[in-house]
Amino acid sequence: MKFFNLFRIAYRSLNRNKLRSFLTMLGIIIGVASVIAMLAIGEGSNQTIQKSIASLGTNSIYIFPGTNANGGVRGGAGSNQTLKLEDADAIAAHCDLVKYVTPLVQRKSQIIFGAKNWNTMIIGIRNDYMLIRSLSITKGSGFSEADQRSAAKVCLVGVTVIFNLFGDENYNPIGQIIRINSIPVKIVGVLAKMGQNTFGQDQDDIVLAPFYTVQKRMMISTDHIGSILASGKSELQVVDAVDQITSLLREKHKIAPSDDIDFTVRTQSELSNIFGSITKVMTILLASIAGISLLVGGIGIMNIMLVSVTERTREIGIRMAIGAKGKDVLFQFVIESILISVVGGIIGIVVGVLAAEMVATFGGWPVVITPLSIILSFGFSSAIGLFFGWYPARKAAALNPIDALRYE
Amino acid sequence: MAETENLITVKDLTKTYQTGSVEVFALKAISLTINKGEFVAIMGASGSGKSTFMNIVGCLDNPTNGEYLMEGKDVLTRDKDELAELRNSKLGFVFQSFNLLPRTSAQENVELPLLYNNKVEASVRKQKAIEALTSVGLADRLGAMPNELSGGQQQRVAIARALVNAPLIIMADEPTGNLDSKTSYEIMGIFQKLNDEGITVVMVTHEPDIAQFAKSNIVFKDGKIIANHAVKDRKIAMEELKKIANLTDENSTT
Repeated sequence: MKFFNLFRIAYRSLNRNKLRSFLTMLGIIIGVASVIAMLAIGEGSNQTIQKSIASLGTNSIYIFPGTNANGGVRGGAGSNQTLKLEDADAIAAHCDLVKYVTPLVQRKSQIIFGAKNWNTMIIGIRNDYMLIRSLSITKGSGFSEADQRSAAKVCLVGVTVIFNLFGDENYNPIGQIIRINSIPVKIVGVLAKMGQNTFGQDQDDIVLAPFYTVQKRMMISTDHIGSILASGKSELQVVDAVDQITSLLREKHKIAPSDDIDFTVRTQSELSNIFGSITKVMTILLASIAGISLLVGGIGIMNIMLVSVTERTREIGIRMAIGAKGKDVLFQFVIESILISVVGGIIGIVVGVLAAEMVATFGGWPVVITPLSIILSFGFSSAIGLFFGWYPARKAAALNPIDALRYE
Repeated sequence: MAETENLITVKDLTKTYQTGSVEVFALKAISLTINKGEFVAIMGASGSGKSTFMNIVGCLDNPTNGEYLMEGKDVLTRDKDELAELRNSKLGFVFQSFNLLPRTSAQENVELPLLYNNKVEASVRKQKAIEALTSVGLADRLGAMPNELSGGQQQRVAIARALVNAPLIIMADEPTGNLDSKTSYEIMGIFQKLNDEGITVVMVTHEPDIAQFAKSNIVFKDGKIIANHAVKDRKIAMEELKKIANLTDENSTT
């Protein structure tokens, strides 16, 4: 039997029953379209969640100096000054799992503008800091490399500081000179409002200045740095990055493997774990919705094909009487159901993409259509056509010609 | 020559049906030979076994016992697929209820056996279908759907479908059962023409006047052949149709 002939027979047969073919197809169309739309919406939400979690700093790594034990009395974390600028430079140079790194020095200082003054945290940073913390600047600009090298007297300020020094959050302070520890410093930029962190701390009550500006001009000791902030290449690599940093600093600080380290490395692993479980729940949810809708579509196909075998018993009898073999009938029905599911799958992809775009346009919801979801749903719908078409087709092929002809 | 003339030979053909614990004999040891070029009418009351016989000879049904040779070759040892090929290439079926595929044009209905025949190229398929329909006088109704055709026209499409693979035998099961007498005669005319062209026709009918168009009659009763004789005063369809035409002419003039 020529395949093309069977294809023609199946096509004619579907064409003869347009409404029935369409209704069967509708099951697959809805199945595939909903899978694609679901996955697009789900993937969009997933990426949004990923972004917002990443902005919380799940891949951030904090390195603090170790504790100081003096005559059996141990100070708290950071009570010993063991970290130096060269440690930060070494991490940047040697740890390939670390993406960004910045040394930090910070102190509480009184800042003065005109008749107003305010006590706030001054942090000396390298430009990587902005990237690790996902900070953005609403007005003005950040520090240039020249500012960093020359310990320029410039700063970035948070909105709480602006409110307290200038009386209005929305005031544009670019170019104004404020005094920090009686050093005149020019405001070059305003940080985007961050609000409070999870512990109720006001993250906008902050002044950022180039690292050397703070270290050399405002600190008493210039040997040591307060801490180091780094970020891993990805959330998943944070743990490995921590190991890299630990062994590097161990070596640099010449600590024997049996001794305790004189620094502390911390990550926000709880957040990473939460992030991981959210992604997992999301994936399971989406996969089950996708699976169920495709299964329903497939059962729809089987239902119609079964009914159609019974309804068309006489037709099968006629075909057999004029020379159709069992396998001709089998292939006719299988091809019919594959045609339905493939054509339904293609229409479903179009409808699904349109639906997702509509959600994005009118619902303002982020959607991401992945090629995988298209391949997956299309492949699955074809497979379902084959699987659910096979049983009714077998039933049709097994009919005895004379019984089929006599069927009323 | 004698061997090729023996188209169909059946020996001791028996068919039984099991209804509950009772065994019903539909055919009781039928032996018969049908030669090439015959036009046989099989007659009998309903339940006499004539349709069962027809279905077995048409390879649609299997006998319980017996032998069946077509062109001297055994038929009953063949498997389902081989039987399907046999039906496709050697046999043509015409049924009482026409059995055309609904919502399928006359031409596509006639093309159907060709689609199941590997030896027929796609390029000649359409042409063969048109030739077959032309030979039954339906050249102008190629695209018509079955529900747009009269009973006689539908039966002609069915005959064209039976003809299209150039069969040896046409098996007709009550071909005129659903038709008025004038149309019946027209159909008989087509069968007689085909028979003259060398195709063997085996026809089941319970109408004696239709059986008169055949060359020989076989009568079944209770699963047995009770008579097998040549037809005396064989009717020729063209003449009968002329008579009818004359009758209606006379009626209209008076």
